Amino acid sequence: MNHDFPFFGKFPLSDYIDDGLDWLTDTFSGLTRAISNVLGDGVDGVVMLLSFPPPWLVILVFAGIAWLAAGRRVAIGTAAGLLFLWNLQLWQATIETLTLVLFATAVAVAIALPIGILGGLSERFHRATMPVLDFMQTMPAFVYLIPAIPFFGLGQVSAMFATVIFSMPPAIRLTILGIRQVPRELVEAADAFGASRRQKLFKVQLPLAVPTIMAGINQTIMLALSMVVIAAMIGAGGLGGEVWRAIQRLQPGNGFEAGIAIVILAMILDRVTQRIGRKRGS
Amino acid sequence: MDRGPWIKRSPAPFLFTRRQTLTPTRPFRGEDRTVALQQPKIAVKNLTKVFGDPPAPALKLMEEGHDRKEIQQRTGLTLGIADVSFDVAQGEILVVMGLSGCGKSTLIRCLNRLIEPTAGQVLIDGEDITGLSNKDLLALRRRKFGMVFQNFALFPHRTILQNTAFGLEICGMGQDEREQRAAQALQLVGLEGWEQAFPSQLSGGMQQRVGLARALAVDPDILLMDEAFSALDPLIRRDMQQELINLQARVKKTIVFITHDLDEALRLGDRIVLMKDGRVVQIGTPEEILSSPASRYVERFVEDVDKTQILTAGGIMRDARVLALPSDGPRTALHKMEKESFYSLFVVRRDGTLEGYVWADDMGRAIEQGDRQIGPHIQRDHQTVAPDEPVSTLIAMLADSRIPVAVVDEAGRLLGTIVKSNVLAALAAGQSDQAVTAADAATAADKTSEACS
Ligand SMILES: Nc1ncnc2c1ncn2[C@@H]1O[C@H](COP(=O)(O)OP(=O)(O)OP(=O)(O)O)[C@@H](O)[C@H]1O
Ligand SMILES: [Mg+2]
Repeated sequence: MNHDFPFFGKFPLSDYIDDGLDWLTDTFSGLTRAISNVLGDGVDGVVMLLSFPPPWLVILVFAGIAWLAAGRRVAIGTAAGLLFLWNLQLWQATIETLTLVLFATAVAVAIALPIGILGGLSERFHRATMPVLDFMQTMPAFVYLIPAIPFFGLGQVSAMFATVIFSMPPAIRLTILGIRQVPRELVEAADAFGASRRQKLFKVQLPLAVPTIMAGINQTIMLALSMVVIAAMIGAGGLGGEVWRAIQRLQPGNGFEAGIAIVILAMILDRVTQRIGRKRGS
Repeated sequence: MDRGPWIKRSPAPFLFTRRQTLTPTRPFRGEDRTVALQQPKIAVKNLTKVFGDPPAPALKLMEEGHDRKEIQQRTGLTLGIADVSFDVAQGEILVVMGLSGCGKSTLIRCLNRLIEPTAGQVLIDGEDITGLSNKDLLALRRRKFGMVFQNFALFPHRTILQNTAFGLEICGMGQDEREQRAAQALQLVGLEGWEQAFPSQLSGGMQQRVGLARALAVDPDILLMDEAFSALDPLIRRDMQQELINLQARVKKTIVFITHDLDEALRLGDRIVLMKDGRVVQIGTPEEILSSPASRYVERFVEDVDKTQILTAGGIMRDARVLALPSDGPRTALHKMEKESFYSLFVVRRDGTLEGYVWADDMGRAIEQGDRQIGPHIQRDHQTVAPDEPVSTLIAMLADSRIPVAVVDEAGRLLGTIVKSNVLAALAAGQSDQAVTAADAATAADKTSEACS
């Protein structure tokens, strides 16, 4: 059967997008390659830094951080989880994934916070960002990988780019929500005492939005982690790489090991960031 | 800043009669004439606020003399306040009164431009502030205004001390100095010792006092108070009113005070502005308003408030001296009831909180069955009210109730009870009678809480 549109030919959307992307790569390739190098070096550096000391020392430090941020129980869980990963011989992969996720989250949050604050303060900006956010979140994450490669080349930075775009929306959304949720009468009280816009933002709106913003960052981290397997397809390595290799070689055991490792990492990151949000909120 | 015992109990808080309100109690009223010669601290000229855009059609209809409802119907715009003019002298307390929705909050927010007036002028110390640039406006708010809000509007992420110091922090004062001054302000409202607590740990009344301390800490010329005392229980409320008057005698702020409560207006106001549907109906001293109400509206306001509004549950309740404990046996409970010839008896826990009530009939049956405890027989369908509930609500509640209505405080402690005859007696009696009853009830309530603890 012929399913071609009978009235006129196909609208060349894909051609337009290709042309646009070509133009973007041609014009900005210098810049994007530079970014790629800097970020790539940064990620490599951190991975090296974490791989250098013996794993038990790194585990101890992470457990300590978890303790400070989220209390004893989370710290014990963190230590136990990481020890298990070490035992599974996934230590190196874990470090790579963790670094990638944290880098991606840092970049995502650095972009999301200002956008979210603007959206929280300005109704018009808020309305303008909403469709963009919907687009970013519903577009299948794989698709981001395709343009990422011409921009940043194969490897970690392309993976990060896709991860950042995919995981950023909740941080923006919840920052907007957090700021808009601040009770009107509190903003009014700040106004009544003559607070400037900046004072209002930093003394009232942002502090009150922190729990909500942290919930957004938490979601961003989780989404970033969910991208690691997809990102592995363009050579990001790490735990995602282990899963990917297991799929290709039909080794279900290895695949599950790496999968469980991702789950453990997710739980650790989730508990730690959740507690930070709640502790500040109370 | 002048420090004084803000919360010192006045000797007889309830021995307050209308006669006393009518007599000038403060030096200010005697100085009326001299004050009038000075420049007004606040001058409001033909101030109008229209909510909605564009406001022009509403303004036009307003000038043609149409009222708020008509304007709303014809244009969809809300007339917040319409053509309001008055002066407030340095050191005067001006009370703004009127029914809910008449524009009181809108008016007070126009004074420091939290709400932008649509037309008219606000002069502070002779300077028209409606045209001020944003920067000058911020400076003016920092320098001259302190504001207390109906809903407290405390910052939940800041301690009480940090909340109180907020205004000073905005002005850029260093931490040590501002916290010292904030601590003084807290002392002034009787909250020393709570500096490090968070607002959520305080009762409504205490939060309200923090709101007041926050406004006082900046030592403003003008205090704007939007139903500032409405969350306080009647005893503290009267103390606060008294202390505001005392404070006023020392520091001479200019105060614009909004209230629903005629009693409060009479106590505090040097002059009262009565509003209706956004317009001013009458401005005058309390005496003028009471003795020559300008319209039926004012008359009705004064009348209504006199009876069912001014009388509160706390004012007419009777001592609940005879009570049962949950641990009592049915014989004890029945004995107590027989002695007082009650059909029912309230059951109160050791900490004074109300558990429920028991029927005498049930007690008789319990004794027959050999029950040791009244526990299973406790009923819990009793009705409770707060002490500041107006009598008007009570009338409806009592109409079809077989047991008294219980008056309880925020913590659920039983303060007293009310039966139909209490309400009728209070409504029939005059103002002074109420004061006596109320004083009785107050001491009785104290005794009750002693007896229960
Ligand atoms: N932001 C706003 N937008 C539209 N209408 C408003 C707004 N604020 C107030 N109004 C309207 O203006 C009128 C006056 O409101 P205002 O809050 O001043 O009343 P109020 O006298 O303070 O009442 P209450 O005693 O209940 O606090 C009301 O009809 C209200 O619906
Ligand atoms: Mg109001």
